[in-house]
Amino acid sequence: MNIVVLVKQVPDSGSERKLDSSDNTVARASADNVINEMDEYAIEEALTVKESQGGEVTVLTVGPGSATDAIRKALSMGADKAVHVTDDAVHGSCAVQTSAVIAAALQQLEYDLVLCGAESTDGQVSVMPALLSERLGIPHLSGARKLTVEGTTVRVERQTDGGYWMLESSLPAIVSTWDTINEPRYPSFKGIMAAKKKPVETKSLADLGVDPASVGLATATSRVLDFAGRPPKGEGVKVADEGDGAEKLVGYLAAQKLV
Amino acid sequence: MRASLVLSRRDLDFLLHEWLEVETLAKRPRFAEHSRETIDAVIDLASRIAVEHFAPHNRTADEHEPHVVDGRVQLVPEVAAALRVFADAGLAAGTLDEELGGMQLPQVVAKAVTTWFQAANIGSSAYPFLTMANAHLLVAHASPEQVQTYVPPMAEGRWFGTMALSEPQAGSSLADITTRAELQDDGTYRLTGTKMWISGGDHELSENIVHLVLAKVPGGPAGVKGISLFIVPKHLVADDGSIGERNDVVLAGLNHKMGYRGTTNTLLAFGEGVHTPGGRPGAVGYLVGEQHRGLTYMFHMMNEARIGVGLGATALGYTGYLHALDYARTRTQGRPVTGKDPAAAPVAIIEHADVRRMLLASKSYVEGGLALGLYCARLVDEEQTAEDAADRERAHTLLEVLTPIAKSWPSQWGLVANDHAIQVHGGYGYTRDFPVEQFYRDNRLNPIHEGTHGIQGLDLLGRKVVMGGGAGLRVLAEAIAATTTRAAGTDWADLAADLDALTADLVRVTATLWSAGDVDVTLANASVYLEAAGHVVVGWLWLEQVLAAEGSTGDFYDGKRQAARYFQRWELPRVRPQLALLESLDTTVLRMDTGWF
Repeated sequence: MNIVVLVKQVPDSGSERKLDSSDNTVARASADNVINEMDEYAIEEALTVKESQGGEVTVLTVGPGSATDAIRKALSMGADKAVHVTDDAVHGSCAVQTSAVIAAALQQLEYDLVLCGAESTDGQVSVMPALLSERLGIPHLSGARKLTVEGTTVRVERQTDGGYWMLESSLPAIVSTWDTINEPRYPSFKGIMAAKKKPVETKSLADLGVDPASVGLATATSRVLDFAGRPPKGEGVKVADEGDGAEKLVGYLAAQKLV
Repeated sequence: MRASLVLSRRDLDFLLHEWLEVETLAKRPRFAEHSRETIDAVIDLASRIAVEHFAPHNRTADEHEPHVVDGRVQLVPEVAAALRVFADAGLAAGTLDEELGGMQLPQVVAKAVTTWFQAANIGSSAYPFLTMANAHLLVAHASPEQVQTYVPPMAEGRWFGTMALSEPQAGSSLADITTRAELQDDGTYRLTGTKMWISGGDHELSENIVHLVLAKVPGGPAGVKGISLFIVPKHLVADDGSIGERNDVVLAGLNHKMGYRGTTNTLLAFGEGVHTPGGRPGAVGYLVGEQHRGLTYMFHMMNEARIGVGLGATALGYTGYLHALDYARTRTQGRPVTGKDPAAAPVAIIEHADVRRMLLASKSYVEGGLALGLYCARLVDEEQTAEDAADRERAHTLLEVLTPIAKSWPSQWGLVANDHAIQVHGGYGYTRDFPVEQFYRDNRLNPIHEGTHGIQGLDLLGRKVVMGGGAGLRVLAEAIAATTTRAAGTDWADLAADLDALTADLVRVTATLWSAGDVDVTLANASVYLEAAGHVVVGWLWLEQVLAAEGSTGDFYDGKRQAARYFQRWELPRVRPQLALLESLDTTVLRMDTGWF
């Protein structure tokens, strides 16, 4: 069972995140960058499948040189090897363009199952697995809260607001995972040391046969036109308690449709 | 990552990388597998586990202290769960040799790791750190067979360890211990006696507990020269390493403490016949090394343990400071002295100069304490792995003289930072709704255990500064001078000059004290000497930090510079009156008749 996990390095959602005002793209260089939190669930699931079925887990990322930190994190959790697609021309690419790059990279790998997080916390476009499914011509099972593999069949429970759907497809397939699917393991001390020695293959667009002119901000299908910071927190509403404080409070909450 | 209230990763990175340049240790064969990448990853891992699994139950474990049900010690379940995560991550084996399941992590990195856990939850973190100290002692002094039997299970976090030194009647004075160990025909010993203040002495957290016990073999020399060291496992170990018969060591009672409540603290009874291993009473013990050398073996571990206590005190002071800083930035109260308009919005209390005074003082203590602890841990690495024998010897001597300071200075001033943290919180700080009162209670132990403040003073003045014909103090003075020389031509030349003058005074006062001709007079005010020397040392390390920050800009570095300036203007002036008192060979305390109280 060869599993490829898509991993992205993103600005830490717990820190202040900024867009670069020169081109309205995510300011990655100045950010506190971490592995996309949602990807950790996909990695954990891949490792769990590998532990029961055997095979190999490959991490695939597209990103600047600093994205090696995210790769090392995935390798220290237990993934076997990594492919890092890095090329300045990719900067500013939209999801559609990025999917072409990832699809090209996947086509150079042998895989039975592609796993990815349900979304990245920076762009939050959440369409990558669907785009890849289309480009690669493989089934897409989204929003998995549970995953099982039997032979050449993958089954998932797709989480919904009211319950779940049971889905099944043949392999190869791409599955996106929710954060309810597992509890990602920590890297271990041994894993951290072993990660140093695991192979990381770096590829350019030329290596993938992707035309640099087809990616990047200039030809992106969507782009950020303008942005503004969150408005500063306004003054709160003070409720003076003159014996009717509770009543006033409930009235306020009701007016805000909070109760 | 959102700025943590547990510890400052930014400060840790500055100290480890920009100042101590720990990455250069990777050039040494023992650390060849390490790099900036692995060091950062290990600290990432530690900080995450500390924040996610240790900090959340810090309060719970404090509120539900250990108790005994049907003879078994009960702890809140979160303690065992956190320790399982810690062990599964392999953190228990950090500095041990690879062949024992360790990672050969440099001591300085290992101490940075432990500081995260101490800051997050000092009570729960005591179990693995006691275990590591136990394992390190065995590696240094036990037989290869003993090491193979006991160390790997401890490195895996399956077994825990303790240090059983004190007895109800003999704490600081180990010469007076009465636990007996009698040699048996099969080469083992049987121990009888009681041990007091044994942290981690009994619990259900691990498969076995390996006690390292000081006891006297009948017929041996009197006093400390007759003390031997024994391995006494709670459960005897079968030849295949599996858990065997229950040994005759039992819990006699739990101590109920002011802080550190998540750590069981016990009175243990050895050889009372509650269990009868091999069909008869007596706790089975195995001699470590040679008879009568037990205290020497224990002392081998003292430097590491004392640096660890100092870092624990720093960690608690540090987390208290971060909580106070966070509170001061968000709590609004009052208006500026120059803008008393009641219609104006109140300001965050950090805007008030006196609140900033307390925060800046605390910053200078905790960041100074962290620098001190990590510097000493770096010296352990130098002592063990420097290529040149002279460098190893120099590191050893400097570490010897700094150890009592590394233990005591943070225990004293980290606690002051905790006191300030309560004060910054005002009335809320005195309630149990905020964690700062717990940090204070937890930290109050640190001036007491692992050699009290008073004993550290005696160790520094009575032993360390005069050892090797005064080599200890000489090496320290040289190290300080090397830094002050580098400060020439910088903005810090005045701090360097202050430190040069104070160091010269310290050397002179030391000579005066030892010329008193009466050792009682020399040592009567040793605690004052310890405090004065401590401030000089931390002033020196503040100079080291600002020199490492030379040319760097931004709030972080400006904060470092202001804290160094604070230490120079507000703290170093405390030293001169202390030195004057010492130089006068003051006997006010010594001559106070006990009947006059």
